[in-house]
Amino acid sequence: MSAQTDIASPQGESHAEERRLNMIEAINEALDVMLERDEDVIVMGEDVGYFGGVFRCTAGLQEKHGKTRVFDTPISECGIIGVAVGMGAYGLRPVPEIQFADYIYPGLDQLISEAARLRYRSATEYIAPLTVRSPFGGGIFGGQTHSQSPESLFTHVSGLKTVIPATPYDAKGLLISCIEDNDPVIFFEPKRIYNGPFSGFYDKPVEPWKKHKDSAVPEGYYTIPLGKARHVTEGEQVTMLAYGTMVHVAEAVCRDKGVEADILDLRTLVPLDIEAIEASVKKTGRCLIVHEATRTSGFGAELSALVTERCFYHLEAPVERVTGFDTPYPHSLEWAYFPGPVRIGEALDKILQD
Amino acid sequence: MADPADPKPAGDNRPALALHVPEPKFRPGDTADFSDIDIGQAGAQPRPDEATKPEDMKDLAYGLVRVLGEDNKAHGPWDPKLDPDTLRTMLGHMAMVRAFDERMFRGQRQGKTSFYMKCTGEEATSVAASMALASDDMVFPSYRQQGILIARGYPMIEMINQIYSNKGDKLKGRQLPIMYSSREHSFFTISGNLATQTPQAVGWAMASAIKGDSRIAATWVGEGSTAEGDFHSACTFAAVYNAPVILNVINNQWAISSFSGFAGAERTTFAARALGYGLAGLRVDGNDALACYAAQAWAANRARANAGPTLIEFFTYRAEGHSTSDDPSGYRSAQEREEWPLGDPVKRLKDHLIAIGEWDEDRQAAMDKECAEYVKATTKEAEKNGILGHGLHHPFHTMFEDVFEELPWHLEEQAEQATRERKIKWPDRHPKDFAGQ
Repeated sequence: MSAQTDIASPQGESHAEERRLNMIEAINEALDVMLERDEDVIVMGEDVGYFGGVFRCTAGLQEKHGKTRVFDTPISECGIIGVAVGMGAYGLRPVPEIQFADYIYPGLDQLISEAARLRYRSATEYIAPLTVRSPFGGGIFGGQTHSQSPESLFTHVSGLKTVIPATPYDAKGLLISCIEDNDPVIFFEPKRIYNGPFSGFYDKPVEPWKKHKDSAVPEGYYTIPLGKARHVTEGEQVTMLAYGTMVHVAEAVCRDKGVEADILDLRTLVPLDIEAIEASVKKTGRCLIVHEATRTSGFGAELSALVTERCFYHLEAPVERVTGFDTPYPHSLEWAYFPGPVRIGEALDKILQD
Repeated sequence: MADPADPKPAGDNRPALALHVPEPKFRPGDTADFSDIDIGQAGAQPRPDEATKPEDMKDLAYGLVRVLGEDNKAHGPWDPKLDPDTLRTMLGHMAMVRAFDERMFRGQRQGKTSFYMKCTGEEATSVAASMALASDDMVFPSYRQQGILIARGYPMIEMINQIYSNKGDKLKGRQLPIMYSSREHSFFTISGNLATQTPQAVGWAMASAIKGDSRIAATWVGEGSTAEGDFHSACTFAAVYNAPVILNVINNQWAISSFSGFAGAERTTFAARALGYGLAGLRVDGNDALACYAAQAWAANRARANAGPTLIEFFTYRAEGHSTSDDPSGYRSAQEREEWPLGDPVKRLKDHLIAIGEWDEDRQAAMDKECAEYVKATTKEAEKNGILGHGLHHPFHTMFEDVFEELPWHLEEQAEQATRERKIKWPDRHPKDFAGQ
């Protein structure tokens, strides 16, 4: 499979050779760039080697970089993270893949008690420069074990960074930054938008990435700093905080309803771009938080608390959260569960009316 | 369907099942009798070539590799044939570990720190084993391998500073006592979570192999925590990638109050775990310093030659409590220690040196005294840096450092809060008092 798709830019002008990548290709390219640049980078995980990964994110990498740089592992998330910690202690920069975020739980002790604590407990003698990549989120009829959004389990752990891209351009630049980072990073890839941005209208045809401006991905090396949010749209009516798939759903709902929202794609949950959040909420006076994960103790609760603590006297309406329900992710009722346009639309109506 | 009025369960024509809950042979007050443990004869076990396939050396996973006999002489093919100077060095390290344990245990009882763990009776499993490795082979220990640090020449004052969590503690007072770390001595940072170090050791060994390095890794884990999934992961990955690693299982019979039966010892040996994975398995007398050395050297040779990983069970006995927080008289017979059929590792090595005419009781007494005095003097030196809870700790801000490479805004805000609280809690003390400068 080719990792790049060369097409003419929509304008067909001086950007004739501008490349359009989907998110899978962008991630593949980030791994390729880093395997090339840094001999200490190792890619491993279930089915990532010869086969190239169940979502094809590692396609072609073993053939190009060799079997000791890109290889398959036993079905053992505890073992994958555990050996990655040991490799990091040796001086390698492992990029393990956990095939689905829902499978990550057997590796939690190695992530929480080990990777996240090595630097602190050894007073910098040992570090765990891992980047754990994992597809997360629903929208592909994955049922309860292939759809979860467990990001708040990781944002709650001191010593872990949590990064979630929403576009191919960001996926490549952020992943390169994560791999170069000397702290352990959880890199959750919103699998619903691997092949195209998602409006939330599941019954409408899927738009491919090539029509989206952020599918223009430069060749070679570039980085996007961790801890910096991205302004998706500028608006005065309401601040919307989102990440991953929900960035696109939020944008589509605002477009449909004619709401001029200040939409922030957080990109990194820890460390969080609190400055961008504060500036936006102080400007609009209203804050709507959108995430796909379950509601109770979700990251939205943290965001809501921070906005309330820091922007209370600028608020003209209570902070609102739109989230998944506190149930397992259902299979047949996926689109009843998903925090789509109706749920977001209602919340927008409410927060704009208050 | 079961009838709620009928106490008999469905299918009552089948025999009733019974749950087996393991029970140790002796409880407090019982006479300990270990005559059923087959310790075999010193020198009786064959020593296969290091490249032997695991299935061709199965018996070694069930027997007991022993070198030192009742006559205090070395026997058989596992005799590592160490010169007398090396044997005296080994004995010296083991005596030092014992003296250190005595003093630190007492220090905890005197309130100088919160916690300590002795390794009495298990000294050979860390001292002799680590002497068989190269000094730059990476070790991933559990919490009872202070013998490795002593054998590798780690400064004792650093160990005591760590135990006291004082201003000299280079781990900045963050870790429970005895959770040492020394990259300089190829000694991994100890975790309080059990068996996590085992897949990490395998990963380090895989990295060494990926890089074409010549260094191998070794890990130590208690028999009780071989029940953790991490240990299964470690064995699987070690076998799959033929990692240059040694998995040392210290079977000291007790995991706090749970005897080895709760990790499966009633059914098979821990060394036999190796066979199902395709690892080489050795079961060794852990109180026989020469056997410990020889087994580790065999496994190190095997790993270094890309011939495969080895799982070694060191069959030993935890002569003291689990830690200063434990009282073993509440769950096991006090006679067990003296009745243990494999004796005391320090005494056995000493008796061997005497038997070959390279040592005597006077020199032993002088050495023991010297060790005790060295530990005492080093302790006094470390106490100048403070003891736990007496102010001489690291500055408050260090609590927030090293969570990440760079301090993010939320930790900076919390650090400011801690500094504010310090001024309220201790208004009369200058910040430098806390740093002990």
